Amino acid sequence: MTTLTETPVSTTALDPVLSVRDVRVRGQVDDREFVKGVSFELTPGKAVGIVGESGSGKTLTCRAVLGVLPEHFEVAAGQIHVAGLDIASATREQLTDLRGSTISAVFQDPASYLNPSIQVGPQIAEVVRVKKGLKRRAARRRAVELLAAVHLRDPELVYSQYAYELSGGMLQRVLIAAAIAADPRVLIADEATTALDVTVQAEILDLLADLRENAGLALVVVSHDLAVVAQLCDEVLVMRDGEVVEQGPTTRVLYEPQHEYTRLLITEHEQYGLEKFLTREGP
Amino acid sequence: MTVLRITDLDVHYGLGRRRRQALKGASLEVRPGEVVGLIGETGSGKSTLARAVLGLVPASGGRIVIDGEDVSGYRNRQWRSLRRRGVVQYVFQDPLRSLDPDLPVVDSLIEPLLIQGVPREEAVAKARTFLPKVRLDPELLDRLPAQLSGGQRQRVAVARALITEPKLVILDEPVSALDAANRVGVLEILKDLRATGIALVFISHDLGSVAGIADRVAVLYQGELVEVGTAREVVATPRHPYTRLLISSAPTLRTAAAGRAEREALRALLTA
Repeated sequence: MTTLTETPVSTTALDPVLSVRDVRVRGQVDDREFVKGVSFELTPGKAVGIVGESGSGKTLTCRAVLGVLPEHFEVAAGQIHVAGLDIASATREQLTDLRGSTISAVFQDPASYLNPSIQVGPQIAEVVRVKKGLKRRAARRRAVELLAAVHLRDPELVYSQYAYELSGGMLQRVLIAAAIAADPRVLIADEATTALDVTVQAEILDLLADLRENAGLALVVVSHDLAVVAQLCDEVLVMRDGEVVEQGPTTRVLYEPQHEYTRLLITEHEQYGLEKFLTREGP
Repeated sequence: MTVLRITDLDVHYGLGRRRRQALKGASLEVRPGEVVGLIGETGSGKSTLARAVLGLVPASGGRIVIDGEDVSGYRNRQWRSLRRRGVVQYVFQDPLRSLDPDLPVVDSLIEPLLIQGVPREEAVAKARTFLPKVRLDPELLDRLPAQLSGGQRQRVAVARALITEPKLVILDEPVSALDAANRVGVLEILKDLRATGIALVFISHDLGSVAGIADRVAVLYQGELVEVGTAREVVATPRHPYTRLLISSAPTLRTAAAGRAEREALRALLTA
């Protein structure tokens, strides 16, 4: 079996690890276009943010990139390259290989991605065993290391705990540990901090920033909150009803928004948020 | 005159060894026409405080005075009669919880009035005049909740809370389930309400989401009200380390990625 590194794909530091070109997602049931042309490129260590309401097409975009669109949805046009590999022409095996080891994801509700009747640690160790080919013992050691890497205070203890024993913030850390277990180059965080308390959200955003800085992980950050995306990303896409209504470098989008919807998102923060009392430079 | 005066309020849950104090000596006043933001994380006691004001959990100490009426020693029957009068109303985060999915909007809206003994016709007429107050077309009265958008549903829930002409409305994360346009819409309606003299208590885990609408902000941390002040004071010059952590954690458009070292120092201080 050929592994990914043997296939003629680009792996140099400057080549994009993820390239999305004019991707359109169509629902087959009513023949409607749900994502109407999304394009962006990610090089290692970069972060792109997608902002939009539920139903704007941001999650479908992510799922298209991961090759896991729900039933009756298909990529109708455009190209997606993950580490140089066109996922449209990839075989099932190649896609399975990509997921986890090249591109990985965390979502809003971490508890639903863990088996409630198995301790969380072995679930991470399993990823390590399958994806990295480590033996049982080594996989366990690696899982504990990963739990420490996501700043869980007592990784040995957490390893043997069940999902119900952990807080939402801890669970999301566990999921991030599982997501980075096979050293992916791209991590998609789809509303990964939405259900968390603000102070915990800040910790998770700090963790993502660390992974980006220290491990060169490229991030796709999806949120309904422009401020969350602005905090982490170099580039922002604003989506509405499947369309990208605004796209550009974060500072440009924040300071010179072109689209009225982006302006609404900014006005909301300025009128009702902390920004009302803070200067532009911060407190 | 205050609409709500809470003095040294204690609430305990559980019995014996499992007895745990959810609210520790909380004191808070809410005046007519005032919007008070009640901020705290999961488990901080903010919902407990709201539930105590509605008589849904018993206080183990302290006093609650609602619109001049000392309700501290009230028994269930007295609480029920107080709730029936509709002096205090409550709006949930998810409007589907306050609207019966099988009933047309009009029936959910007039229910609090029917409970008070208002004749149906009169109640329906009142409902008709109330929808424009939340910027909804009276034509929506005959629809089912499922036929409304999330934003419309939440506005119906607000109208339902207002229809008994309460003195105080407690809103639990009323806009967090809505999209941006509807969030702004509902916030504008709530801001307008201030002029009518109704007091609002706005519960949220995110100071950033209420700072702009609140006159005053009260911060709950581990069952204690650690800081109460005007929104400007609390945001610009927070005193308690937890309030400082809340402010430096809230994502804003202007302070992107700032304050991380501060957050880490504050967390260390709070866990010490």
